[in-house]
Amino acid sequence: MTARARLAVFLAAAAVIAAFFTAACTDLPPFGTDSHPYGERAVAAALDRRTANVVSAVNFDIRAFDTLGEESILFGTVLGATLLLRRARDERHRRAEADRVMPTTRLFGALLLPVTLVVGVYIVAHGQLSPGGGFQGGVVLATALHLAYVAADYRALKKLRPLAVLDVADSLAAASYSLIGLAGMIAGGAFLKNVLPLGTFNTVTSGGTVPVLNAAVGVEVACGLIALLAHFLDQAVELTDPDQQRYGDT
Amino acid sequence: MNQWLIGVAVAFVVLAATTAVLTRDPARQAVVLSVLGLSLAVVFAVLQAPDVALSQLAVGTALTPLLILLTVRKVTRRPTRSDDRASDGDRAGTGDDGREQK
Repeated sequence: MTARARLAVFLAAAAVIAAFFTAACTDLPPFGTDSHPYGERAVAAALDRRTANVVSAVNFDIRAFDTLGEESILFGTVLGATLLLRRARDERHRRAEADRVMPTTRLFGALLLPVTLVVGVYIVAHGQLSPGGGFQGGVVLATALHLAYVAADYRALKKLRPLAVLDVADSLAAASYSLIGLAGMIAGGAFLKNVLPLGTFNTVTSGGTVPVLNAAVGVEVACGLIALLAHFLDQAVELTDPDQQRYGDT
Repeated sequence: MNQWLIGVAVAFVVLAATTAVLTRDPARQAVVLSVLGLSLAVVFAVLQAPDVALSQLAVGTALTPLLILLTVRKVTRRPTRSDDRASDGDRAGTGDDGREQK
């Protein structure tokens, strides 16, 4: 297909999409008004289940099945990256060397690493109360660990990162989401039904299954992303192609 | 006031997104993408969606650019053996991370 034909096909498709998109948007409620039909119902449902953070109530209770899909997408991504980025037969493994780091950078990392880890755990643990949750907190936890690479070197990061344990934890957390859902089906008659005691509003234990599912997602996201980044970092730092061997030795 | 804030945040997004498209070097593009992620996080925060802003900040500003940078570093064509031997002397001891393009 020539460039001109491609452009024509693109323009035709873009025109069709633009027309339907505009038609669909005319029926939307106007921007910035006081009427929020979906929001009002979601808030009422969340308060009914004693979950202070309505977004978490939507994610892990009202639409918990959607989150199962999202979580499985991430799990599949990590699995695919692990498979694709495994060490190929013609790649050479070269142990990362100790690097010299500026003292200020080292201090920055040493101070910030524990603080960021605590923030990550806080965001996961308070997902049902304040903005945040398993996804956000998990990403914070995963990136926090990599401050060790910034502040020290790849060896320090590898010591902090027991990959075998993280892989198992990732799979267990991903499986536990479905298991909690099945438990809801056995105890309450519907998959992912909120069957646990709802607790007192605005406390860490409130919300029934919301904090449990939230914690499972937090563990899964944190472990999965660390594993994902580990394979990317291994490729970039430790594995070399045959024609780069001499380069790698320096 | 609030509407002006939304307008400024959206304008920042448009500016960052256009810059990201117009940047040709993938490594620079990753940095611009991180700025775009930050501006989107500001939009979400201004529109009172702190949960989404937090995800956007963590994934769009930190994680995605990092993955892109690592991929660029891996796939960038490095000097072959013969080039390497010629320029070996000036590379020794500089703490080189092998990012330069030939």
